[in-house]
Amino acid sequence: MKMDKEESRQMVVPGETVVSGSGYLPGEGTYRDGEDVVAERYGISNIFEKHVRVVPVSGAYYPRRGNTIIGTIIDITFNGWLIDFGGAQNAFLPVAEVPRYINRNELREYLDFGEAVVVKVWDVKSRGTDVSMKMRGFGKIEGGQIINVGPNKVPRIIGKEGSMVKLIRGATGCDITVGQNGKVWIYGKDIEGEITTRKIIEFIVENATIYGLTEKVEEYIKELGLEVKSGGYGGMDDVEVIDQNTDGEDDE
Amino acid sequence: MSKSLYAKRKSGRAFDEVRPLRAEVGVVPSADGSAIFESGTTHAIAVVRGPRTLHPQHMQNPRAGILRVSYGMMPFSVEDRIRPGPSRRSEEISKVTEWALSCVVDLSEFPNTVVDVFIQIPQADAGTRVAGINAAAMALAHAGIPMKEMVSAIGVGKLDKTLVVDLDKHEDSEYKDGEGSTDIPMAFTSRSGRICLLQLDGKISIDEFKEVVKMGREACKKVLEVQSSALKGIGSKEKKRGKK
Repeated sequence: MKMDKEESRQMVVPGETVVSGSGYLPGEGTYRDGEDVVAERYGISNIFEKHVRVVPVSGAYYPRRGNTIIGTIIDITFNGWLIDFGGAQNAFLPVAEVPRYINRNELREYLDFGEAVVVKVWDVKSRGTDVSMKMRGFGKIEGGQIINVGPNKVPRIIGKEGSMVKLIRGATGCDITVGQNGKVWIYGKDIEGEITTRKIIEFIVENATIYGLTEKVEEYIKELGLEVKSGGYGGMDDVEVIDQNTDGEDDE
Repeated sequence: MSKSLYAKRKSGRAFDEVRPLRAEVGVVPSADGSAIFESGTTHAIAVVRGPRTLHPQHMQNPRAGILRVSYGMMPFSVEDRIRPGPSRRSEEISKVTEWALSCVVDLSEFPNTVVDVFIQIPQADAGTRVAGINAAAMALAHAGIPMKEMVSAIGVGKLDKTLVVDLDKHEDSEYKDGEGSTDIPMAFTSRSGRICLLQLDGKISIDEFKEVVKMGREACKKVLEVQSSALKGIGSKEKKRGKK
């Protein structure tokens, strides 16, 4: 059965029937009530091959295994660091999840209070979130700037399969790392490039709800006097790859 | 049955007519969820923050998150100044609102956390607790909290022998003729139609009471419509998220 893409999306409020029929599968943000698949959250419903889900458009960030998040060190314990990333609970980064040997008495030497890190969510438990740094692309943030865009704008900034990230990087030459918790780290060769990147991201955030956003962003980039080119300089390519896999705009 | 003394409403509304309703979400951009609900000149603002870690720790529930509601009227919300801070009345309303909303929210995914709901009444003209519940339900949805369904609330009253929907201040507390005024605030869930708030202060017969619940159920459909369309209309005009 083929369904028109625009038609299968609509705004729903909790308790509203998204679709009726026992053939449909209730997914994330929905539940089954008799014949109906009902929204359990406020957001945009999405039906793809009988799989129904509701994607929230507002609200707080809930960590998921595999997410990339950006946070700051708020506490240092005897065997790791506590990281505030704007979620319900703090994340814990154990010493063992850091990709080099660290003397347990000198945790501050490696990561000190207030320093920012890019980490991967390893496990989400009732008492908190465990994170890791042990892969390429994760680690301490040195230089550049971090801006807060809110978790619900993240899919638009990443774009379909990372297309938006590539577009921005191609135009400005700045590396951007998007945390699913709504924080974006911009790192470029010079401050001017970072400021332009920041402007483009703010433009995306303001226009997050419109259709054909990529074209609008391309126009905006030209307006800023920059060139639109695909690709860009290498650097931390793998960080974006991780983002794409876990939360792109249309990841079905 | 003898004729009721209250034959025409002072406001000119029909007996089953609600005041003009207006609602909007995202009124407090720095919060996780927020909403304003207005019924005539009764306005209620609700703000949701969380889920976040609950302190003190002994209050934490490892099975599910808890909901915590705080209701308050602003000092200037009525003609005489209201003394700020908790009162017997505001504590009671916080509690019944919490119970009403607990019927629909599902916080089992967020153990050891709290979802805070703050309700403030900037101007009051009777029916503040139901306006507060309506705003709070919208704010919870706006905050992305899992909810089985929505909650809509309305006050229905009896003035002398006439049953009236959505009382204003005059009808609620100034009307003294005949049998006087009885106010019955109630809240219904949107899907299953369950009653999650029902309070009664005064005297009413069983038959009249059944009729009151029926009228409340009808009026809540209009309330739900306003709540839903406000939530759905957000897409185009959502304000920029505040930077903390």
